[in-house]
Amino acid sequence: MNFFSLGLARGIGAQIIGTAIGVAFMSIWRAALGMPVNEMEPAAVFGGAVGALAFMFGVGALTDWTRIAFGHAVAEHPAADPSQPTWARYFGVSLDHKVIGIQYGITSVLLLCLAGLFALIFRAELVETGLQFLSPDLYNTLMSLHGIVMIAAILTGVGAMSNYLVPLMIGASDMAFPRLNAFAFWVNIPGALLLLSSLFLGGFDTGWTGYPPLSARAPLGMQFFFMGVYIVGLSSILGGLNIIVTVLTMRAPGMTLFRMPIFVWAAFATALIQLTATQLIGLSFMMVMFQRLFGMGFFDPAKGGNVILFQHLFWFYSHPAVYVFILPGLGIISELLPVFARKPLFGYKWIALSSLAIALIGFFVWAHHMFTSGMEEYLRVPFMYSTLLVAVPTGVKFFSWIGTLWQGKISTPTPMLFVLGGIVVFLLGGLSGPPNGTVATDLQLHDTYWIVGHFHDTMFGGFVFPFFAAIYYWFPKMTGRRMNETLGKLHFYLMTPAFFVMTLGQMFVGLQGMRRRIADYDPAQGLSPTHLVVTVAAFLIATSVLVFLFNLVHSVKSGEVAAGNLWASRSPEWQIPSPAPEHNYAGRPFVVVGEPYDYGLPGAVYLQMGDAATPLPPGHAAAPAE
Amino acid sequence: MKHLIAVGILVALTTLGVAAGLRALPLAPIAASAQAGPIDALFGLHLQVIAFLFSLIIVFMLYSLVVFRRKPGDASDGKHIEGHTGIEVLWTIVPLGIVLYFAYLGAQTLAEIRRVDPQALQVKVTARQWAWTFEYPGDVTSGTLNLPVNRQVLLKITSKDVIHSFWVPEFRVKQDAVPGDKMVKDLVITPDRIGEYKVRCAEMCGTNHAYMEAPVAVMATAQFDAWLKQESETPTDPVARGRRWATKFGCIGCHTLDGSKSVGPSWQGVYGKTEEMADGSKVVVDDAYLIEAITQPAAKLVKGYGNLMPATIGADLTADQIQDLIALIRSLK
Repeated sequence: MNFFSLGLARGIGAQIIGTAIGVAFMSIWRAALGMPVNEMEPAAVFGGAVGALAFMFGVGALTDWTRIAFGHAVAEHPAADPSQPTWARYFGVSLDHKVIGIQYGITSVLLLCLAGLFALIFRAELVETGLQFLSPDLYNTLMSLHGIVMIAAILTGVGAMSNYLVPLMIGASDMAFPRLNAFAFWVNIPGALLLLSSLFLGGFDTGWTGYPPLSARAPLGMQFFFMGVYIVGLSSILGGLNIIVTVLTMRAPGMTLFRMPIFVWAAFATALIQLTATQLIGLSFMMVMFQRLFGMGFFDPAKGGNVILFQHLFWFYSHPAVYVFILPGLGIISELLPVFARKPLFGYKWIALSSLAIALIGFFVWAHHMFTSGMEEYLRVPFMYSTLLVAVPTGVKFFSWIGTLWQGKISTPTPMLFVLGGIVVFLLGGLSGPPNGTVATDLQLHDTYWIVGHFHDTMFGGFVFPFFAAIYYWFPKMTGRRMNETLGKLHFYLMTPAFFVMTLGQMFVGLQGMRRRIADYDPAQGLSPTHLVVTVAAFLIATSVLVFLFNLVHSVKSGEVAAGNLWASRSPEWQIPSPAPEHNYAGRPFVVVGEPYDYGLPGAVYLQMGDAATPLPPGHAAAPAE
Repeated sequence: MKHLIAVGILVALTTLGVAAGLRALPLAPIAASAQAGPIDALFGLHLQVIAFLFSLIIVFMLYSLVVFRRKPGDASDGKHIEGHTGIEVLWTIVPLGIVLYFAYLGAQTLAEIRRVDPQALQVKVTARQWAWTFEYPGDVTSGTLNLPVNRQVLLKITSKDVIHSFWVPEFRVKQDAVPGDKMVKDLVITPDRIGEYKVRCAEMCGTNHAYMEAPVAVMATAQFDAWLKQESETPTDPVARGRRWATKFGCIGCHTLDGSKSVGPSWQGVYGKTEEMADGSKVVVDDAYLIEAITQPAAKLVKGYGNLMPATIGADLTADQIQDLIALIRSLK
């Protein structure tokens, strides 16, 4: 098999060549115009942009659209190339939402590990006061990259869950726009490569928030951070659009909105935020890019610009983004609890609507990140009220989860353990929120490690734990095998206590006066012992993730075979064989006739599945609607 | 019903235990301002509610996990309960009331800690990479924030370059320092405990952010007045004047006076030395070089150091002030 038959290899090759061409072109052009050529930034940025576009051509994500534009026919839903081994299809453009979902998932796990590695490096530095082995600039770059690469990892993880699960759960054969789906995945790769290349281009020291004026004067790496985020954001917007259309138009007959599996509600609410808010972070970063490249003084006080304006634009996306990170995870928790408690989901409609409520309120709270920023003082109190309102729909979820567990018949295999762990961790994240949302107490807590602990709890409880639960739970659906239970439990019991120690330690040093994002801290504050404990806990978490990775790789080939409805779920995807057939329900159309979570009700039926002999019911989407 | 009674008792006990545990922990540095009282009180109230809600969810969850555990060999489902509208409304309305009450308390506390005393002492705070400068009435400039005890101080905070944030953990309040002509932000503090603290920059501001600290001294009023009087007289000694300008214009944020390494070359022992420049040339550090280095910082950079000095600093200084700075540098053997 030829190495360059893999789309990924072609894409990366094209990106390298494209970048070189872009840099050369812009340098020559600038030289021709008599502009200083030794100023690398314009040429480097242009090269980065051309390289990203070249990747998309090289990987083949634009091939079909190019052909269509020139009037050529393209295959409706091309089958995988039979000459290639099965694994190879994951390294090139596929239009199958399940392949794309797994591609997202692998990308997410790789980025999680990389961002975690950055954290381990600077956590080791923080064990003692003084600088041991990092320079302040390298510390700042690693800290900033940890944040943004984690965010890219979470966004791709969200893409993994939405893409793999939504069509399966609503009875569709694929997403509404399969080519757009492939494009939205692949654009993450050049985006992530641009982000990571910043490490070798002087780095950047602003944290993931990129506030000017600091970001306007940071090294060249800053521009690659901006470009990387811009491109990953494009994936979010297009992915969100695809999910919305898929959910609205491709549900199985009889599946009214309130009969959808609850995860679909969460994915839908998430997609609404992605489609409508992501533009603002792209815009705000683009404005700083242009300030640097063209001297447009948007945020330059010397040119009449306003630095606080940036923070409004940035947080208008970046707060709702937090709900992009957590809503799918909370959907996973709601999805799995009834299966392992053998009880209906308590208050289905309330949980479904609470996702929409969180998504909606999330748009009105952004300025709570700016209580100390120096924005108009009268804005602080209204934003405090709106912020604290988020607690209400979030509370509804917690209480409903408890209602689901109550009087169930609870079993705790690995996925359920991660669900329960996620609930407790997210509870700590949720409860540590209101003190920051209240202006008076936030004046003390803002920009301290208390905040660091708070958001690690929300991100782990809202994303990481549920993501692990989802992997353990749907792994048999993806591969036809199940992951090893003993190793899964080892992963859980190693990670969970270490995680509590880590975030509670972070909150504790924060209350003692430890500031966020500092490479070194004052010995007089007496923080070293707690920092040591936090670092040890971080390494334990990393160890548990190694156990997980081993289990994952090992189980793909050698896991116990699990072809049927392993968890005795009522959800549609478990009524077809594992691994799921290429066209999902082709030949097995179903009609929804009952409620999704009627566990414990004798004779209750959720769906009636036909077979090849039964004709498709009218309106059933068997072919991709494109 | 017996389950609910058992859980109710356990929730109450756990709440008391968690709340007592949180109270026993030293959760904040010493409080040293009048503003700290209301803020700490509100945070304490938050912690009590946190203790209750944490216990409520955790106890229900753990109790369910133990009592409603599936027995081995039991393949049947749990009880078919789809929900209960009354209880959903209840657990929407009650939290709504609680958060609105907390928002109200938060607004009350905010109003209380922002109350400005017309007699307040005004201090202008200027942040720059990576130093703090404090300017008092009577043209006194200091690198240490000296404050009289029990008198309110109104800080007028601004920045020369990027965003910084003024924070003294013992005072409990924080305000970003923002660059821009009209970006002067107010912060009210009433120090009420004599002692020494530190301003710690709380907003990421670049390479030396971690070290952007300045000493704070809260002292008796008489002591403060004496210090202010002494400082308001311009010293006759050029070295002392140079020291003052080095503080006022933030030079000491990057150039140490004691030979220790920082982002700019230390001034100790540098005068008369032959230094290697970034382009490999050798330069003797004399008056002419120092004047050039101050007025055109990028012209000749010492090897190993970046071009970080504000280009406009030469315009901010008078020729006499530059001479005073050179006198200071010359004196640092």
